[in-house]
Amino acid sequence: MSLIDSLPRVSAPKLPKVDGLIPWIVPLAIILVWQLACVTGFVPSRVLPAPTDVALAGWKLLLSGELVRNIWVSFWRASIGFLIGGGIGFAFGLANGLSQLSAKLTDTTLQMVRNIPHLALIPLVILWFGIDESAKLFLVALGVFFPIYLNTLHGIRTVDPQLIEMGRIYGMTDGELFRRVIFPGALPSIFVGLRFALGIMWLTLIVAETIAASSGLGYMAMQAREFMLIDVVVLSILIYALLGKLADSASRALERLTLSWHPAFQKK
Amino acid sequence: MQEVLRFQSAGAEPVQRADFIAEAELLRRGSDNAARGLSLTIRGLRKSFGDNEVLRGIDLHIPAGQFVAIVGRSGCGKSTLLRLIAGLDKPTAGGIAFGEQPRAQDIRVMFQEPRLLPWARVLSNVEVGLGRERASADAQARAEHALVEVGLGDKREQWPSVLSGGQKQRVALARALVSQPRVLAFDEPLGALDALTRISMQQLLERVWRDQGFGAILVTHDVAEAVALADRVLVIEDGRIAEDVTIDLPRPRRRGSAELAALEGEILKHLLEGSDDTSDL
Repeated sequence: MSLIDSLPRVSAPKLPKVDGLIPWIVPLAIILVWQLACVTGFVPSRVLPAPTDVALAGWKLLLSGELVRNIWVSFWRASIGFLIGGGIGFAFGLANGLSQLSAKLTDTTLQMVRNIPHLALIPLVILWFGIDESAKLFLVALGVFFPIYLNTLHGIRTVDPQLIEMGRIYGMTDGELFRRVIFPGALPSIFVGLRFALGIMWLTLIVAETIAASSGLGYMAMQAREFMLIDVVVLSILIYALLGKLADSASRALERLTLSWHPAFQKK
Repeated sequence: MQEVLRFQSAGAEPVQRADFIAEAELLRRGSDNAARGLSLTIRGLRKSFGDNEVLRGIDLHIPAGQFVAIVGRSGCGKSTLLRLIAGLDKPTAGGIAFGEQPRAQDIRVMFQEPRLLPWARVLSNVEVGLGRERASADAQARAEHALVEVGLGDKREQWPSVLSGGQKQRVALARALVSQPRVLAFDEPLGALDALTRISMQQLLERVWRDQGFGAILVTHDVAEAVALADRVLVIEDGRIAEDVTIDLPRPRRRGSAELAALEGEILKHLLEGSDDTSDL
């Protein structure tokens, strides 16, 4: 028996359940430190209420039904705006990736519009639409349009030309070539666009709801500020974080589902 | 045959699957091998890319079912010739006539890269090779049979990314074979493989060629490979056929035998001389 055998093993076998919890260690630790700081009076509650106070405020709003209504309104705006903007962006990405004529016609224009920060349009959008639903939907749609458009276009343009040649040699029709070669080849890039777009979607919605809205999470936060309800303000921010995480997880799940062929998504 | 037995013992519908394969086997044996190949005649073939004339008048007849290797220095036009034969490019002048009008699936190409769809399982990748017949009822059975033929019957549900380079190239071969082509054009298909894999792939190519009787046209930069596999070696220089060597040795040929080495040396000598002086062409 050698010395090495008698030493304790450094790499203990991992428990699969524990593995899934690792990402939550840091957020939980932060909440714990935050609670301690508030309870000990290190941070005055006028600056930052304790997590328990925030949870309590959340519970009250939940009971009154206000929380669910506001989350639902924000979620609805986010998804409809995303579907409209993402849909148009995807359509333009496909058209410009597949047709030279379409690309020549529209790409320059789109690139110019892209360089306008879409949030700079808020005053104009308020003048056009008031603080109506359409204003928020317009801003979200505009925000998610570009990441989806650019990444779809890039994905289609970078599909391996050797595979396209192979598809043609083996007698694929244009439709088959798109379905079996071009679209699956562009998919990883489209997903990058999707995740960028989800981030922009929440960002746009927060800003739009904070400035011009009469419902939604951003509105709830602004109302709370008026009445110095700092716990509700913090609650809204935390909910935004959770919703953002939820959207990201959903897109990751979709990625794992559709990109299972990709070496990066294959489980060992 | 081993594969057929394996299917009988595994599989949810073992009997049907084995029957399919046996049936395909019968169909294949039934067709006369010599009739499988397709002769082709090339006259005055020229190809230019802008000012650069790559092929300067090729005249060539290849009988049905012959194994022809095309060798030459890089840039001599051998791959261009192959692409023209396979119908991937259009000639500038001259033409290629086949013994009879080929259908699209009668001529297949295998490239140096496997060109598999990374997002399709191995079996679906082979099914791509069926072309328009992909929708037919026996498509899957034919694809399975082609996979068994190249010795990858057990990899049908794998993603291409988990295969080795040699295995990927074998899947590409199965895809090329599945439509039972009459002419198979190989564009340096073994160029990217390591030495040992190359040798076993060469043996596989020779075996399927002998089994199926298609006409094989192999572009390679490896003269040893050319003389080991081919009935006939064409040396291309400056866009013309500089030499047409018949390799009349019995098969299977033993690698490293004196006759093969002598032929290889002769062709290599010609290739190397050509680089210094081309005035005698």
